[in-house]
Amino acid sequence: MAKLYAYISHKNGVADDTALELLTAAAKIDAGASVTAIVTGSGADLDKVCQEMAASYKEVLKIDNEAMAYPNAEIIRKALVEIIKDDDIVLLPHDTFGMDLGPGLSIKTDSPFAADIVDIEGVDGSTLKLIRQEFAGQVYTHVTCDISSGAILNIRPGVCKADESKAAGGSVTETSVSADLSAGRRYLETVIPEAGDVDITKSDVLVSVGRGIEDEENIEIAQELADAMGAVVSCSRPIVDAKWLEQSRQVGTSGKTVKPKVYMAMGISGSFQHLGGIKGGFMIAVNKNPKAPIFQVANVGVVADILEFMPELTEKIGDL
Amino acid sequence: MEILVCIKRVPDNEENEIELNSAGNDIDRDDLVYSVNEWDNYAVEEAIQIVDNVGGSVTVVSIGDEEVDEVLRREMAMGAEKGIMLTDDAFEGSDGKGIATILKGVVEKGNYDLIMTGAQADEGYAQIGGMLAAMMDVPFASLVNKIEVGDKTLKIGREIEGGNQEMNEIDLPCVLSIQTGINEPRYVGIRGIRKVASVEIPEFGASDLGIDAGTIGEAAAKVKRVDYFMPDLGDGAEMLEGSTEEIIDKLIEILKANGGLS
Amino acid sequence: MEHLISPAKYIIFGFLPGWLLSILFVVVGVGTFTYIMAKRIAPMIKAAPDNSRFDRIPDRIIQTIKVWLLQIRQPRYMLAGVLHILVFFGFLTLFLRTNSLVVIGISENFALPGLSPDQFLGKIYNILKDYAATIVFFACIVAAIRRGIFKPARYAVPEKYGHDHTAEAVFVLAIIMGLMTTESLFEAAAVASGHEIFLAPLTLAWFFSKVLHNASHGMLQSIHVISYFAHDFLFFFFLCFLPLGKHFHVITSIFNVIFMRVQRGNIKPVMYGVSEEGLDDLESFGVKKLEDYTWKHMLDFYSCADCGRCSDQCPANLVGRPLSPRFITIKARDLMFKNYPLTGPMLKSEPLMETIYEPDEIWSCTTCGACEQECPLGIEYIDKIVDLRRGMVDEGDVPQTLQKPLKALGKRGNPWGKMEKKRADWAKDKEFAEECTVKLVEKGETAETLYFVDSISSYDDRMMDIAKASSKVLTASGVDFCILGKQEKDSGNEVIRFGEEMLFQDLKGNNVDAIKESGVKNIVTADPHAYNALKNDYPELDLPIEHISQVITKSVKSGQLKLKPVEDSSKTYTYHDPCYLGRHNELYDDPREAIDAIPGIKRVEMLKNKDRSLCCSGGGLMLFYEPEEEERMAALRVRMADEAGANVIVTACPFCLVNIEDAIKVAGFEGQIEAIELAELIETHIIK
Repeated sequence: MAKLYAYISHKNGVADDTALELLTAAAKIDAGASVTAIVTGSGADLDKVCQEMAASYKEVLKIDNEAMAYPNAEIIRKALVEIIKDDDIVLLPHDTFGMDLGPGLSIKTDSPFAADIVDIEGVDGSTLKLIRQEFAGQVYTHVTCDISSGAILNIRPGVCKADESKAAGGSVTETSVSADLSAGRRYLETVIPEAGDVDITKSDVLVSVGRGIEDEENIEIAQELADAMGAVVSCSRPIVDAKWLEQSRQVGTSGKTVKPKVYMAMGISGSFQHLGGIKGGFMIAVNKNPKAPIFQVANVGVVADILEFMPELTEKIGDL
Repeated sequence: MEILVCIKRVPDNEENEIELNSAGNDIDRDDLVYSVNEWDNYAVEEAIQIVDNVGGSVTVVSIGDEEVDEVLRREMAMGAEKGIMLTDDAFEGSDGKGIATILKGVVEKGNYDLIMTGAQADEGYAQIGGMLAAMMDVPFASLVNKIEVGDKTLKIGREIEGGNQEMNEIDLPCVLSIQTGINEPRYVGIRGIRKVASVEIPEFGASDLGIDAGTIGEAAAKVKRVDYFMPDLGDGAEMLEGSTEEIIDKLIEILKANGGLS
Repeated sequence: MEHLISPAKYIIFGFLPGWLLSILFVVVGVGTFTYIMAKRIAPMIKAAPDNSRFDRIPDRIIQTIKVWLLQIRQPRYMLAGVLHILVFFGFLTLFLRTNSLVVIGISENFALPGLSPDQFLGKIYNILKDYAATIVFFACIVAAIRRGIFKPARYAVPEKYGHDHTAEAVFVLAIIMGLMTTESLFEAAAVASGHEIFLAPLTLAWFFSKVLHNASHGMLQSIHVISYFAHDFLFFFFLCFLPLGKHFHVITSIFNVIFMRVQRGNIKPVMYGVSEEGLDDLESFGVKKLEDYTWKHMLDFYSCADCGRCSDQCPANLVGRPLSPRFITIKARDLMFKNYPLTGPMLKSEPLMETIYEPDEIWSCTTCGACEQECPLGIEYIDKIVDLRRGMVDEGDVPQTLQKPLKALGKRGNPWGKMEKKRADWAKDKEFAEECTVKLVEKGETAETLYFVDSISSYDDRMMDIAKASSKVLTASGVDFCILGKQEKDSGNEVIRFGEEMLFQDLKGNNVDAIKESGVKNIVTADPHAYNALKNDYPELDLPIEHISQVITKSVKSGQLKLKPVEDSSKTYTYHDPCYLGRHNELYDDPREAIDAIPGIKRVEMLKNKDRSLCCSGGGLMLFYEPEEEERMAALRVRMADEAGANVIVTACPFCLVNIEDAIKVAGFEGQIEAIELAELIETHIIK
């Protein structure tokens, strides 16, 4: 009988947002299945996360090992290979850790790998029906995955609503790893970039600019709007790559995670890497392209050239 | 250092929206232009910079038919010494594991210290590097945005959440998938490509690589794309319409209601 | 009083005959000068070829008369210009005197044929040269005061570019004054001692002769001989000093002007003497090291007088970009002096980039041509900048922001990477198509005239209005025209100027084939960049090319195009000259006439206009380049329009319009100043 596993990412004793999203994803594969959470780490933080997960998952598998104090994909893979049998299905978040772990794990467990899954339609016999995106979200695809020998599934963070019911009343089982946990890749340290001029995570209102700003000098136009609104300017990755704003202003999976009251996405197309950094709030999107993916996730949308729209909005707000 | 960089030819979609064809089962490929996958281009630049510093050579490899010749030569014009084309009808329809299997075949024909891929390509699986490393039992790191060459090891940085950088030491040989922004790739003009136009690019098929055709291609693929579609955007944003003035007035009301104006 | 002994006959220190010393001066002076010149010519022999400098002889003669002999560019800076003209003509006049003076030291009665003091011409000449010496002397005093005390900002040398040049300038002025003084004293002493030589009143020599009137014979004899030999020494010292610095132009200027560019608007080939087909065989492209420059470009470096006018006019320098054309030259000259020293071995040539030049410096140039327009010596900059860019492109050293549009131009024929099939979409716009029909070559239609739209007016939402307005103007002018549609590619005006020669060749080849195939008889464009490229960089295309402003003036004159009175007569218009229409193609009047053809329109000129127009910050690929700058060029321009009392800036270029419309917002003139393109302005005034 195939088992469903979800790998729980956590940090400082707190489970990642994806922990309960994977529970929802698992239910889309098999609504009645009992899903096992795998939590690796060491010490008190690990215990805390396991307890937290036991509220939501029927079974929590705890692996406490010094070597796993930092989530090194190569080491965790060795542990998972010992647990996963034949046709088991493992759900991972498609984040920087999941990208590190998933592909290799699928080879070592001889099961297919599907990544960046945005939705699961269900199972038809031994075929799992998935929905993905290609070309940075411009088109969707239906994908089938043969799960007769199990599967490793990387679920895009944020696409499944976290299952907050906490009705599992599960238990924590500890297991150990017999494999040699030395690794060819060794974690050294995490370099945190110097704090920037402003902390975008602390602002209630963000005026966030993307490629649509076109030119470094136009950042000023966004700044004027932000000033009028009492907001702070943030941005998407291309703006940081172009060095028009500091990295500390970047919203997204490779930037800051923000939770403002209002998020103004100005000229941002809405890649999932960017949306991954927005955890709630009311989103207003302005974009020239009526087909921009951002309009699917925004609450309110305006089709306009931000370079013309922003100054007018600034002026009107100034008149209030 | 001998470096192999795996590259892919992909549609260039930066300025133009990818649209569905009239049948609705594929994207409209008539007006697409193709180029090398952006992430792969960073990987090749990084490989060339490493070789410039410590010696060795860079080889680029790509799977596909004659069309990949163009991207191989482009990367060779950047400074990759050799190109390899992997072409065989049996390769068609491979899933990620199939592609990794084919690449493993070519890796074993050489003697590479370092293998690089782009962090992801047009399909966005971000899987080939990790699979290839696991098949070869060598270490792997994804989303690499910094490489310092040491003695038998590399010190690498990975881009992780929150704009932070995770520093690792990794043993050679290894596989790295490269994130954009790790360097500033050099420009390649028509002249550069013409200079390498006559360089021979060897082609290998499944049998040359000693690959069991049953492990690759469509038949062996367990993950398959069925079709392309555009979802119904019904539950998207409430679109504000009217004159700019009307839109702005509405927007200001909405901002006020949601705490966007202080 | 007893006559003085001439320097030639004088026995110095009781043993050395003056004539022998004079011969020694000539031998040592000429020998040293020849040696220095040989060293200076050495790099020019190793330089890249340039066989384009010996054609169009009549044009070159006219140019030499205007620029060199008549100094027509000098008065563009009035005080400095007038001083220079005085010294220049003084030098020309004294040239004969100085030469004969050298010989007089050997043979005391020497005179040039026809110019001996007892001949009529000789008498006239002697008066002229006395005044010339006096004028030069006082011009040098004024110049020295100006340079040494008032220090005009133009001459300042920013720290990063090396040491200040004031000392050298003042030193040379002192030598010149010394020459004038000694020559005059030599003569004055003779006159004071009773020689019957006519001295023109109020000259230096006349003044000295009065001062020395009561001097003793011995004193006068000493002054006579000493001032002669001092003059001789100063002359040869000056001659040998000239090739050591910025005063080399005294010798090279005539050659530099004879060989200066006579054609405008085009870019030099990658390598003279190598055909387009042969380009593939070239080992390297562009200028990477000193010797990759052509001999003429090296002559340019030698010829620079460091007057700073180029940089004073350069818009990049004006807004604080890291480019000053003056130092493109000075740094190269310093390197030539260093690598080809007067003594010791020549040094190995290093790459110029990241040693004397920085990439940002070279990418900062908008190729507006203001520097070349200004240079009194005909020094070229655009070809050098393009050659340096060719070198960087060849090395792959291209800013990321430029790589994307270049790649898109290669793949799609436009810098945004938009689809070819959408190139003519503007003409299919429903509202427009109802009013105006545009024939499409891609649909098999053809016409007498081709309207070459180019990329920005084809694809940019705002600039499409220019294409539409131009089409309506052409229709109203009765022109039967078509467009190439998807068969048109970017004209490549900036592609060649950004050093991507092979891509330019591709674009050009495509356009030339498409235009020839379409069977059109002539071409019209509203985009000056396209106009320039098609006219000057497409030699294969021998069709007449006109800018829309020329069509407008012609049609207005013929009565075909009738314009109604200006819509808002309270507005004041000013015309901004696009660089590629004005400076590069000398179309200054047609656009102005076109504007003035609107009855009742009020037009004023800005401070900088016509050939001194201020670049708006460049078009084509320049839109994609992100320079470090303190201010936008177009913002300066908008302020200039405001100062001129204008509230509508009319331009005749889509790129100028982009930059100026943007700058109006940035500079805070929104609602006060507006910008409009010429065809748009005319179109709204057509009587239908």
